[in-house]
Amino acid sequence: MYAQMVKTGVEHVRSKDEMSPEEQAFQERVDADIKIEPKEWMPEAYRKTLIRQISQHAHSEIIGMQPEGNWITRAPTLERKAILLAKVQDEAGHGLYLYCAAETLGVSRDELMEQLNSGKAKYSSIFNYPTLTWADIGAIGWLVDGAAIMNQVPLQRCSYGPYSRAMIRICKEESFHQRQGYDAMTKLARGTPEQKQMAQDALNRWWWPSLMMFGPSDADSVHSAQSMRWKIKINSNDELRQKFVDQTVPQAEYLGLTVPDPDLKWNAERGHYDFGEIDWDEFYQVIAGNGPCNRQRLRTRVKAYEEGQWVRDAADAYAAKKAARSKAKAA
Amino acid sequence: MTDKKEWPLWEVFIRSQHGLAHRHVGSLHAPDAEMAIMNARDVYTRRNEGVSIWVVKASDISASSPGEKGPLFDPANSKVYRHPTFYEIPEELGHM
Ligand SMILES: [Fe+2]
Ligand SMILES: [Fe+2]
Ligand SMILES: [Fe+2]
Repeated sequence: MYAQMVKTGVEHVRSKDEMSPEEQAFQERVDADIKIEPKEWMPEAYRKTLIRQISQHAHSEIIGMQPEGNWITRAPTLERKAILLAKVQDEAGHGLYLYCAAETLGVSRDELMEQLNSGKAKYSSIFNYPTLTWADIGAIGWLVDGAAIMNQVPLQRCSYGPYSRAMIRICKEESFHQRQGYDAMTKLARGTPEQKQMAQDALNRWWWPSLMMFGPSDADSVHSAQSMRWKIKINSNDELRQKFVDQTVPQAEYLGLTVPDPDLKWNAERGHYDFGEIDWDEFYQVIAGNGPCNRQRLRTRVKAYEEGQWVRDAADAYAAKKAARSKAKAA
Repeated sequence: MTDKKEWPLWEVFIRSQHGLAHRHVGSLHAPDAEMAIMNARDVYTRRNEGVSIWVVKASDISASSPGEKGPLFDPANSKVYRHPTFYEIPEELGHM
């Protein structure tokens, strides 16, 4: 997902006997669906895991602007350009909501920026793939935002108040993202044979990376089990992936496009689609920094940050000048 | 990265279209109040969410601590007579 394979620092799910009275009281509140708020006592591992998870999510929103930003100046119509601009601006907003939520846990914005710009921080594997044609913009909105929604909707109910509230804001905006993507795909799928081929090609390239977004199976992961106990993870990776496949296949069929998976078929007994093996080697390669665009994404990010320095300096200088002026007036 | 000092954190309050009170919607960093309002416009009102924005430096807000919750709020629990439903009004009187 936007946060993939988040470590909790625990070796097994904490049992009641291992917990201090404070931790027991904390777990009881979580179990009773009472939100945990910033100033309240929380286990150190919960705090640290949340910082990791929320900041990864935030970094993904920020880096996620790049593949789409690539097409803003080349959108096929002024309307598409305005839509894409609005969508990318939303993603910047999502990053900001999430950084603020992370900061309530005691990490500073500067630290978070440093982690991202130095390449130390992780972000979702999906944003390391290139956007080769306009159809990729449709495919991203439809598939990538679609997959993100699968994960973000349940997170609205997560145990940490600021994270849950950020998710609620984000979810309100995401459905526009997915719809505009599907709408762009529809236009292409109903267009000339070349345009339809472009849509098919984009689906071919984005399908498997989208399924990888959910992360490898975490049925046996201690970290996932602990995160679920803390209610900062609501569903297992496989559960969400299956939901995504079940939802998306009919949408592809409606467009007359073919999902690039020869093993994909409806399983009436399970009431779900069966689908083929995911190439997890590819996923691990991308996570390790060897995806098609990892280096480019980081380079672009650092360049934007450095080239924005004069704007931040100017804002600082202006604020200082104004403060000095109003002080002089008061004196 | 050459940033020497981090911009202060501002809490953002928005009055929605419907004439309700300003409501806390989130926070952001900005060098001063004027920039905080401009940023808040972009971050929190991209879809007509508001007609007025307040920003307050987060460090200027005093908050009750979670530990005080009992002493502060428990006393209200026992005062059921503060609610209209505590009183029974004869049915023949109709609405009151
Ligand atoms: Fe987003
Ligand atoms: Fe997104
Ligand atoms: Fe989105």
